[in-house]
Amino acid sequence: MNVTIVDYNSGNISSVINSFKEVAKDKVNIEVTSDLNKIKSSEKVVLPGQGSFKSCVDALNSIKGLVDTLNEVVISNKKPLLGICVGLQMFADIGYEEKETKGLGWISGKVSKIDNQNGKYKLPHIGWNQVNIVKDSKIFKDIENNSHMYFVHSYEFIPKDKNVITATTDYSSNIVCSVEKENIFGTQFHPEKSDKLGLQIIKNFINL
Amino acid sequence: MLKNRIIPCLDVKNGRVVKGINFIDLKDAGDPVEQAKIYSDGGADEICFLDITASNENRDTIYDVVEKTSKRCFVPLTVGGGVRSVDDINKLLNCGADKVSINTAAVENSKVVSDSSKKFGSQCIVVAIDAKKNGKNWEVFTHGGRNNSGINAIEYAKKMEENGAGELLITSMDRDGTQIGYDIDLMSKISSKINIPIIASGGVGNLDHLVDGIKLGNASAVLAASIFHYGKHSVKEAKEYLDSKGIPVRI
Repeated sequence: MNVTIVDYNSGNISSVINSFKEVAKDKVNIEVTSDLNKIKSSEKVVLPGQGSFKSCVDALNSIKGLVDTLNEVVISNKKPLLGICVGLQMFADIGYEEKETKGLGWISGKVSKIDNQNGKYKLPHIGWNQVNIVKDSKIFKDIENNSHMYFVHSYEFIPKDKNVITATTDYSSNIVCSVEKENIFGTQFHPEKSDKLGLQIIKNFINL
Repeated sequence: MLKNRIIPCLDVKNGRVVKGINFIDLKDAGDPVEQAKIYSDGGADEICFLDITASNENRDTIYDVVEKTSKRCFVPLTVGGGVRSVDDINKLLNCGADKVSINTAAVENSKVVSDSSKKFGSQCIVVAIDAKKNGKNWEVFTHGGRNNSGINAIEYAKKMEENGAGELLITSMDRDGTQIGYDIDLMSKISSKINIPIIASGGVGNLDHLVDGIKLGNASAVLAASIFHYGKHSVKEAKEYLDSKGIPVRI
């Protein structure tokens, strides 16, 4: 099996690569590429994302045909995709970081800044927070409710349809930290940096 | 609920772990990759490497250390020391660092902070501030604590937040290596003036100091070296102690 990590110059993806390789060992081939044919032929796709919503969307758009390919793989061919951090945020229709930017529109909703309640909450939301599992998700197999995951972000995804939300985390409000819509999965936290439990989530995705 | 973080820091010189007592009198204490793995297995919330390699010929040793560590530790890894440019940051991130801390270069040219946070995102840019008390104020020191820039540390902290730093790592030069506790006054003053998280550093001698750093210093995370390093306390013990004092930690 091939799992492709989309390399679209979205910042630092070394940790994502290392963690997937650690979990995959020699059983699954982890491809790191922006090659459209390789993405099309892989069984599963990982969409990482660091930096701002706008910079990630711009980076996706700067690779000719990449967005169309992702749409084909994910929307038409229904292959499993895992978005991580801004990778998840880009599922939205629109993001408001830096300036209003159109997202992939896979899960209707918007990405806006976390309300810091006049400085009561520091931003970015950095560190280990608990995930409150509100709906069973395939990627949460063997993950207990209230497990700790590592977060680092200042913006949150607010989906229109609350049924896609599989977990939230408490920081200023209940922030959406995991979504699942058919073959589309996303985590706001970083499974690749969340120690053994994070690796379990990666394993769950690979084993889907 | 967001947990306060405990971050063991490893001083690395020529690819080996050392810990400075007031930045001199270094002792060797092992292989950084093994040490980092022990810490992450023991529940460290992050690992920090501070590269104190002096000579340019050996500067590449840290890249190798970071690369090996990031393949074995799956918690965030922060690397600092000798980071001069956006290119240095890029190299460290490519080796597997999750965050890079910038010290002297940020004082000399704040554009390094703004450029790198734009390019890589604020989440991976930590500005390290070495501050020393002078009368009622604190001044920012550079070059591993050797040079006084004369810059007011609190004003500087605000400026670095504006420049796009995602976190500030505040080290009290007066306390570093003394084991008498963090400079709580410095930590709480900076924390109250900025909206990004601060990591308290310099002076930890016992577990109560960690408690004070969080409760009184309002630090989001506490960094320590010696108390973990020479086996005085494990990270697990530290977390259990903080938990017993009502501080939210990941156990």
